[in-house]
Amino acid sequence: MATYSTNEFRGGLKLLLDGDPCTIIENEFVKPGKGQAFNRVKIRNLKTGRVLEKTFRSGETVEAADVVDRNLQYLYNDGEFWHFMDDETFEQCQADANAMNEAAKWVKEQDICMVTLWNGAPIAVEAPNFVTLEITETDPGLKGDTSGGGGKPATLETGAVVRVPLFIQTGEKIKVDTRTGDYVSRIKDE
Amino acid sequence: MLADIRRYFARVGVLEVETPLACSTAGTDPALQPLLARYRGPIFPDGTDLYLQTSPEFAMKRLLAAGSGPIYQICKAFRDGEAGRLHNPEFSILEWYRPGYGVARLIEEVTTLVRLALADSAIPVEQHSYADLFQTRLGLDVFAATAEDLRAVALRHTILGAEGMTLDRDGWLDLLLSYFIQPDLGRDGLCFLTDYPASQAALARLNPDGRTAARFELFLHGIELANGFHELVDGEEQAARFEADNCRRRSLGRPGIRIDGRLLGAMQHGLPDCAGVAVGLDRLLMARLGADDIDGVLSFSLQRC
Repeated sequence: MATYSTNEFRGGLKLLLDGDPCTIIENEFVKPGKGQAFNRVKIRNLKTGRVLEKTFRSGETVEAADVVDRNLQYLYNDGEFWHFMDDETFEQCQADANAMNEAAKWVKEQDICMVTLWNGAPIAVEAPNFVTLEITETDPGLKGDTSGGGGKPATLETGAVVRVPLFIQTGEKIKVDTRTGDYVSRIKDE
Repeated sequence: MLADIRRYFARVGVLEVETPLACSTAGTDPALQPLLARYRGPIFPDGTDLYLQTSPEFAMKRLLAAGSGPIYQICKAFRDGEAGRLHNPEFSILEWYRPGYGVARLIEEVTTLVRLALADSAIPVEQHSYADLFQTRLGLDVFAATAEDLRAVALRHTILGAEGMTLDRDGWLDLLLSYFIQPDLGRDGLCFLTDYPASQAALARLNPDGRTAARFELFLHGIELANGFHELVDGEEQAARFEADNCRRRSLGRPGIRIDGRLLGAMQHGLPDCAGVAVGLDRLLMARLGADDIDGVLSFSLQRC
């Protein structure tokens, strides 16, 4: 069982706390001049996403969590699980809706996603920051409108709905920022 | 800032001194770990360990016992294991001693000096006793509360992580202080915290009530800036505290520290009745400049030195 001492604490370190994998967001060393030293740590639970503050007596050791971030290729969805593959080892794994969370709205086959694996199983998936997706349905806009002001809803091939400028038509491809869900630009096919 | 400080002490007739930073002995405080250096050469052909001082206190007290009169020193101090937003293992201390002073007079002088160093002559000052603050903020009687009582308060206020901690009574007091009291200390100016529990006397004499020590600390914006004592002058009591500290160190799995026989000798010879204080100069400069990380006032911190 790997452990870390509080002296090894730093942002990004992965710990096992109360059975859940967590990552350190912020670590503060607190010590009165003539007293006991503590580490006051801000932690994100990687399963629930919740952030909490926890205090350790300096010098304590804490169990490490076997958590790694990998860039994996999204293969397909079987109705229940999203399947990913490591391009180098060809190893595959499956993520459930919980792990996919927001990413489920954006990914399409062959996208490379950042997948957080805990003991080899996905617990969180991050879609690429920008994705290019085809519009499957949107109201026909007014000809000649190029201002982008106002906009209208458009449904994408993954099912996500984003607001797009009025001149965008069904069948066109657009670039979307997955972190905000905002339309970025129209993509012309080469 | 250093020039302001030196000008002040020159004006009030306090002598600047220098004492060795690498010594054969060191403070025994279980909460402080000195760094070790190794000397080998004439006088110690087989080599000897030298402690880099956690503060210049012992050597300055030997000067006081030798009749130096009021003295101050600006020097580096070293503490193993301490690095963070407010800590660097090598840092700057201003320490001074005033024969004939008690806590009240020294607090007055610290106020004058710190106002000068901050270039803010109007910064307000307040003072609270340790016991009063625990009573008003947490409803705790620090003299009666057991370690178990203190732990219960930490859990009731949901300090996450406290449930799994093993601490002694003073450790729990430190935790509660740092969580619920210290962040508010000095919100509007300088805040002196006085009359620490006797169990945290360190090198201060006990007050006549027997349960508090003549020790104070200064806080500004929740940050500890200074620690002062009406100094213990009783050599026998000092020797007993050294032994108790080393006992505690061993129970914590830390090495004991060679006891400073020369300091005890000086105290037997006669340390004048005096009060002394150490001020963290890096933190004082942080306050003056509005820096929120000690890294901002050091030329090169631990990661870059």
